[in-house]
Amino acid sequence: MKYIDEFQDPELARRLLDEIRATVTRPWALMEVCGGQTHSIIRHGLDQLLPDEVELIHGPGCPVCVTPLEVIDKALEIASRPEVIFCSFGDMLRVPGTGRDLFQVRGEGGDVRVVYSPLDALRIAQQNPDREVVFFGIGFETTAPPNAMTVHQASRHGVKNFSMLVSHVRVPPAIEAIMSSPSCRVQGFLAAGHVCSVMGMEEYPELAERFRVPIVVTGFEPLDILEGVRRTVAQLERGEHIVDNAYARAVRPEGNPAARAMLEDVFEVTDRAWRGIGVIPDSGWRLSPKYRDHDAEHRFSVEGIRTEEPAECRSGEVLQGLLKPHECAAFGTLCTPRTPLGATMVSSEGACAAYYLYRRLDVPAATAREASPVV
Amino acid sequence: MSDLDLTSWTCPAPLRDRPRVVMGHGGGGALSAELVQQIFAPAFGGEVLAQMGDAAVLSLGGARLAFSTDSYVVRPLFFPGGSIGDLAVNGTVNDLAMSGARAAYLSCGFILEEGVELETVTRVAEALGAAARTAGVEVATGDTKVVEAGHGDGIYVNTAGIGVVPAGVDLRPQRVVPGDVVIVSGAIGVHGVAVMSVREGLEFGVEIESDCAALGGLVDTMLAVTPDLHVLRDPTRGGLAASLNEIAAASGAGVVVRERDVPVPPAVANACAILGLDPMYIANEGKLVAFVPREHADAVLDAMRAHPLGADSTIIGEAVEAHPGMVVARTGLGGTRVVDLPLGEQLPRIC
Amino acid sequence: MCLAVPGRVLEIEERDGTRMATVDFGGVVKEVCLEYLPDLRVGEYAIVHVGFALQRLDEESAKQTLELFAELGMLQEEFGDAWEMAAAEAGVAPVEEVGNQ
Repeated sequence: MKYIDEFQDPELARRLLDEIRATVTRPWALMEVCGGQTHSIIRHGLDQLLPDEVELIHGPGCPVCVTPLEVIDKALEIASRPEVIFCSFGDMLRVPGTGRDLFQVRGEGGDVRVVYSPLDALRIAQQNPDREVVFFGIGFETTAPPNAMTVHQASRHGVKNFSMLVSHVRVPPAIEAIMSSPSCRVQGFLAAGHVCSVMGMEEYPELAERFRVPIVVTGFEPLDILEGVRRTVAQLERGEHIVDNAYARAVRPEGNPAARAMLEDVFEVTDRAWRGIGVIPDSGWRLSPKYRDHDAEHRFSVEGIRTEEPAECRSGEVLQGLLKPHECAAFGTLCTPRTPLGATMVSSEGACAAYYLYRRLDVPAATAREASPVV
Repeated sequence: MSDLDLTSWTCPAPLRDRPRVVMGHGGGGALSAELVQQIFAPAFGGEVLAQMGDAAVLSLGGARLAFSTDSYVVRPLFFPGGSIGDLAVNGTVNDLAMSGARAAYLSCGFILEEGVELETVTRVAEALGAAARTAGVEVATGDTKVVEAGHGDGIYVNTAGIGVVPAGVDLRPQRVVPGDVVIVSGAIGVHGVAVMSVREGLEFGVEIESDCAALGGLVDTMLAVTPDLHVLRDPTRGGLAASLNEIAAASGAGVVVRERDVPVPPAVANACAILGLDPMYIANEGKLVAFVPREHADAVLDAMRAHPLGADSTIIGEAVEAHPGMVVARTGLGGTRVVDLPLGEQLPRIC
Repeated sequence: MCLAVPGRVLEIEERDGTRMATVDFGGVVKEVCLEYLPDLRVGEYAIVHVGFALQRLDEESAKQTLELFAELGMLQEEFGDAWEMAAAEAGVAPVEEVGNQ
């Protein structure tokens, strides 16, 4: 695909790696915020190819992983109702709630459907006027504009049987929470490229200044990630801490004004609980009162939900970069992709699943470099 | 990490934690395997079943026969490049071909949903008949049942097939040894993407038709080079990843795959990129993967490339002593990643 | 989050008052909502996430970025490989390095 393949070029990757190697003089711990970036890093083996001094800590950038247990349980409850067609992105189907997941609800007779776009759910609502259609609106700022537009359309076209269960999360408060933690080891951030495509870069200089960390807006293909690392390490070596855009082809400083305007209209900021981390103030979006008619939280009163996380699950520490997945006692034994205890094992870019799927093979980094040249 | 027991991942979760069937149980991956291992195999017993091959190889009345069955529940019934009728023939013919047998006869059972248009049934039957003639196999016996409306997806088909295994041919994972060369007969992911492209909710326009085809002829040309191939698999549900994992697990060998050598058509790669899927896990219906003794690899590859269904055959990796039972890929950039057995259905993702 | 891919706009039309586009992703064609990019024209590229075009892909910028990466290697060839330089300084044979084949 044009503008994807070129950014996977092995020769250019080698040059970027060489450049990083030539620049780095001491250990640095970087965090990539976005789950899509984690996926790319692990899938291409980038963390194995980087010099040992550069450590990548996988941040809580997976909306699947951080969606609060309570919200999952609400989704399960709503999806179980016979009058409901419950539509969701594929990612959410296997996330464990208290005792079950959406897949199992489907197995018990619930009408649970995977869609590619929230507009597909709206169309299902228009085609099934006698059913209640609910869309599971999760995601970061990238997914919020599509979800917002869908609610806006539902309202405009009077699709009364459509509602959305919203649980959006925002990146800047998460960075703030991570950096404010006393045990935080992160020295530099690879900011989420597509989040910034929407929101621009305005929210980051204050964070870079306050916490004295470089924040480099980074894309998703191997060359993009290596370039993000290169620029972050270069700043760290020079003692700088500014916001830099390494994904200029898809990110403008002001983001997408039309999308931001829609977000202002459809959503309002709220406190949000992040699974495994806790409540981060002002870190989420919910539907504004104007769109109450399409808010699934209001339409379906979900009472008496008792959430319960498995005691062994340490997703929270993994999400904050305090624990590596294989350091968790349950990793690979009690907790596997087939029998996940927490969301970080379910989502394909949850740190635990990524480790399990791609890193069970214990190949020392040096051996990997000697044995598998990047050409 | 070094404390991790690499074999422990095959220990399944107690089924009482999942009291009902879920879609993943039909996905051809780990959940499907659990169903067989925990329910069917213990209930049925039997030595032949314990072999867990795609087809059963039996001795009966002095002949060595391959015997296989498969059920077809694809939706939609008609997709670019084929239909449930084509799949019903080629799927079973190919299962037998993976044992080295040329399918001779098929049985065919239809389960029809009340209310399905007879015209649809006719189209499926005609497609099935045409596919059988192309594959050189005869439908010898059959059955039809009707279920109440709302209890079926229109039409389900089951076929079973039987054929003779030539002398000297012994194809099963246990024959794989480190050093064996892994060859795939052509580009992967084609069938799955073709079906997805017309599935409701995922529709996209793409110039891809299912690769559904009968592989008996291709296998014959390979066996003509040497009967001593080690194992053949047609990577259907669960894709290439599932087949390689099954072979690795059953043989105890490790498998290394070089990603850049695995042929993926651009349209498949791009459809997967949009939906967040991995082509290694997408179904194929006209491809095979072969583990060939190293000394025969070049000759077998040449023979495959000379056959119309094997023109794009490539060597993609080898069996190794390291990481027994595990499939590892060398990424395009020189890193490594484990290619795990798919859990269940492949789902599109947004992350 | 954020699985989004670049595609080329083939056609633009209004549907039920909503700006929609037919977008080509290297041979895979999909309908995409274009409401968030009112100025995007046929032939241009956009980053698409869950059926919505979220940002124009700046082709010139992409080209410049790739050229920048290519230049990294050129500088190195000019001044010598870092490993070789380090080895020369230390007076030992250079370690066989990734990609030097």
